[in-house]
Amino acid sequence: MTPILQIKNITKRYGGLTAVNDVSFDVRAGEILSVIGPNGAGKSTLFKLISSFVPATSGEVLFNGERISSLAPHKVARMGVVRTFQETTIFRSMTVRENIIVSHHLRSKASLLGFFLGTKQAKEDEAAFAASADDIVDFLGLQGIRNELASNLPQGHLRALGMAIGLATDPKVILLDEPFAGMNHDETMKMVGLVRRLRDERGVTVLLVEHDMPAVMKISDRIVCINFGQKIAEGTPKEIRENEKVIEAYLGSEDAAIGM
Amino acid sequence: MKASRLLGFSAFLLAVFVLVPLFIGATGRWDFFYTLTSVALLSVGAAGVWLTFYIGRINIGQGAYALVGGYVSAILVTQGGVSFWLTLPVAGLFCAVISILIGLPILRLRGVYFAMVTLVLTEVARLSALALPITNGAKGITSIPLPGELSVFGLTIIPAFGSLSNPRIGFYMMAVVLMIVTYLVLWRIVNSRLGHLCRSLQQNEELSASIGVNTAYLRVLAYAISSFFGGIAGAMFASIAQSIYPSSFVVADSVNFMLYCFLGGLGYVFGPMLGTFLLYFGWDLLSIAREYQLLIYSGVMILLMLVLPNGVLSLLDKKEGGK
Repeated sequence: MTPILQIKNITKRYGGLTAVNDVSFDVRAGEILSVIGPNGAGKSTLFKLISSFVPATSGEVLFNGERISSLAPHKVARMGVVRTFQETTIFRSMTVRENIIVSHHLRSKASLLGFFLGTKQAKEDEAAFAASADDIVDFLGLQGIRNELASNLPQGHLRALGMAIGLATDPKVILLDEPFAGMNHDETMKMVGLVRRLRDERGVTVLLVEHDMPAVMKISDRIVCINFGQKIAEGTPKEIRENEKVIEAYLGSEDAAIGM
Repeated sequence: MKASRLLGFSAFLLAVFVLVPLFIGATGRWDFFYTLTSVALLSVGAAGVWLTFYIGRINIGQGAYALVGGYVSAILVTQGGVSFWLTLPVAGLFCAVISILIGLPILRLRGVYFAMVTLVLTEVARLSALALPITNGAKGITSIPLPGELSVFGLTIIPAFGSLSNPRIGFYMMAVVLMIVTYLVLWRIVNSRLGHLCRSLQQNEELSASIGVNTAYLRVLAYAISSFFGGIAGAMFASIAQSIYPSSFVVADSVNFMLYCFLGGLGYVFGPMLGTFLLYFGWDLLSIAREYQLLIYSGVMILLMLVLPNGVLSLLDKKEGGK
């Protein structure tokens, strides 16, 4: 079986700075793969490269064997590779439910003109979006705040909403950018459970970038570690934990950081 | 909710088509027809500006499209002998096509950068009108004939304006119909998925792209619709004034279109309509203050923006305890 995502020798240079240098790895369908690395290792850039938000200097990303690295972000999303954002990016002046409904855009069968004219297909679409949005609200446990303005939400709920927006697009691969950042232990464990269910119940392949080592060790099927823009290790959590280079990269606080 | 909306709409129709003409007839203030016609047409242009605000762009260039629309209609009528009623949609479409060509590069800009470029557009349009041979330079195009009759399959829908005993009423009716159609279209846009996507664009373009919205296409589409409104408003103006000059729409007009939207409320579909009415009428009424007219007008504007940053219509929201 070909991997659902193939990252091939991807490189990104900003002027003289090489943020990501010749990184390659595969993501298999149905797995949870984490990308880890110290601050400034190039994780976020790698993420933007995979979702095609920034163009690669060289190398390519394949989705089911098809090149996606030069496409516009909305086209990549259309194919089923959807990212969430680190900085809790949401539609601030919409309610939680509106946020999720509008994000169903990719599932529309009616055209924009059809929606304008209110054709039968458009009405069916809207009804389906609303139902699916309620479904997602239930799935993520957001029932209590579904009609709350997004700008009024606390951090934890915002993160869940970001995931809800991603889910609404019906992704095959979801890229989660630091889903556990700024969370306490309990919140993190809840989120770990949620990400697992995302894969188990909805069949979404998950690629995540994260700092929180205990959570990463707990959740991941496999881990890719990068440092200074280069891949230094790839393997199961156990292999990563014992990898000399990884320990070196996190030197100084290795024991606590890697969660040993 | 639906019934009350229908009731409000009927009341509005009754007011503009029956009560206003009766009132003007009774008071003999025939000049009000001209004022209200201007309000209706300006609010059509403002509706377009409002739509560009709705995708998160500050548009100070609607005067350009009004000018282009006016010229397109005037040239087709005077030189091509085309019926005015045909030139009306043609003027709108012409502006829409131009705005697509202009919008493709400039809509990438955001915030003040986009605003600056659109501000320049009005001046570019004025200078083009001065320079091009077809627009007849500074002399403009004058003696544009009044709209002829509009008939479909021999059935007269609108009589020739020249045959009317009072063409002012004709223009008023026509402008109000145009305004109502424009705002129905705008209302429908905003309340359909198209509008929801525009809102998503306004609030976060990156996230919008990540949920699969073709943001570049949507921006250009909204801008084209906006310019279409500007074009038909300009065409109607030229026809009413029976003339058009390079100075018919200048930068100040473009700024006014934007102010109408601000004052009425950027979050409300009917904001620009109310804003146009209040500002245009307010300006007229303030003429009794003579040399203090501009001072009072600007003072009130500043005050309103401070007290009601979300526009006059936000007063309604507060009463109902928020949306």
